[in-house]
Amino acid sequence: MCKECGCGLGGDVKVGGHADGHGHDHHHDHEPGHHHGHEHGQGQQTVTLQRSLMEKNDRLAERNRGFFRAKKLLVLNIVSSPGSGKTTFIRETAAQLAGRLRLGVIVGDLATDNDAARLRTAGIPVVQITTGTVCHLDADMVARAAEQMDLDQLDVLVIENVGNLVCPADYDLGEDLRVVLLSVTEGEDKPLKYPPMFHSAHVAVVTKSDLASAAGFNRDLTLANLKRVSHHAQIFELSAKTGEGMKAWLDFLLEQRPAAKSKTKNIEH
Amino acid sequence: MEEAVRMAVETAKAAQASRVVKLHLRVGTLSAVVPEAMQFAFDVVCRDTIAEGATLEMETVAAACWCPECRAEFECAEFISECPRCHNLSGELRRGRELEIASVEVS
Repeated sequence: MCKECGCGLGGDVKVGGHADGHGHDHHHDHEPGHHHGHEHGQGQQTVTLQRSLMEKNDRLAERNRGFFRAKKLLVLNIVSSPGSGKTTFIRETAAQLAGRLRLGVIVGDLATDNDAARLRTAGIPVVQITTGTVCHLDADMVARAAEQMDLDQLDVLVIENVGNLVCPADYDLGEDLRVVLLSVTEGEDKPLKYPPMFHSAHVAVVTKSDLASAAGFNRDLTLANLKRVSHHAQIFELSAKTGEGMKAWLDFLLEQRPAAKSKTKNIEH
Repeated sequence: MEEAVRMAVETAKAAQASRVVKLHLRVGTLSAVVPEAMQFAFDVVCRDTIAEGATLEMETVAAACWCPECRAEFECAEFISECPRCHNLSGELRRGRELEIASVEVS
């Protein structure tokens, strides 16, 4: 269930071909009980916990991170509003990196496996997560989806998150890079309206640049707003459809890949 | 909220208590939590558990931003705020995004 909007109560998350009952936890969680002020016996007592509700997801995310690193994978978490062009962006990225980097995708939506089907017809290994009513992917869902993939055959694992600029910001999935997409038709002040998501992103991609003039897109203002909320993010402007601007993004990914590999190499000494 | 109730129930059991009486949450003002939604979700999730009927108490934590120029914190109401001293913009939140269980009252 989403801690922010409360969605997902009683929903059934479906990962790939398997339906997982809501709330089923097949892993025996060894919770270190931080119990302070603990008294045995009857009577009212207050137990101090001071524990974040995100603890469990954060822990699973770090477990994912370690696992993906051992598999020498570069992992991307692609986030955006619905309709910014995530699926097309991923499909074109995979197509243009063919022969250089092998991409696999985990895609999340509330319903349908349409995105997975689109990617599959392009020859990309993909697992679809249908969340039912949950508005974001979490580390547990990603771990379960990854189990259904042959990760040894991949160089890059792309996670296409549920289209939502709010709740996914707080759910670490174990990714290396969080990539936020913003299309030219969405308005220049989008970054100002959704600070947590844009601030948490390592990369910001302005998509559908081929529609910029038709949309009356104010490029300078958009870039200024992006830099204001996320001064550290690397910015790319492109059109996945026409290919304009894609080279800079692809070169960037190719540069990241050796970094993912060398992290494991260092440990081997 | 499921996590919160799960932790509360676990705590009660570990303390050999039979009920959760109260859940005390610390919620940052910029945590994107809607108190009414939280209360509603709490009531639903507690049903058929030993936390059913428990009171939910929410303590708010005021947001504070860090100004790298002044090297000091200042209270803020938004994600990107102007430092009251030097007027530079800062987006480095130090407090205000908490969502934690502070304590659980059991009996």
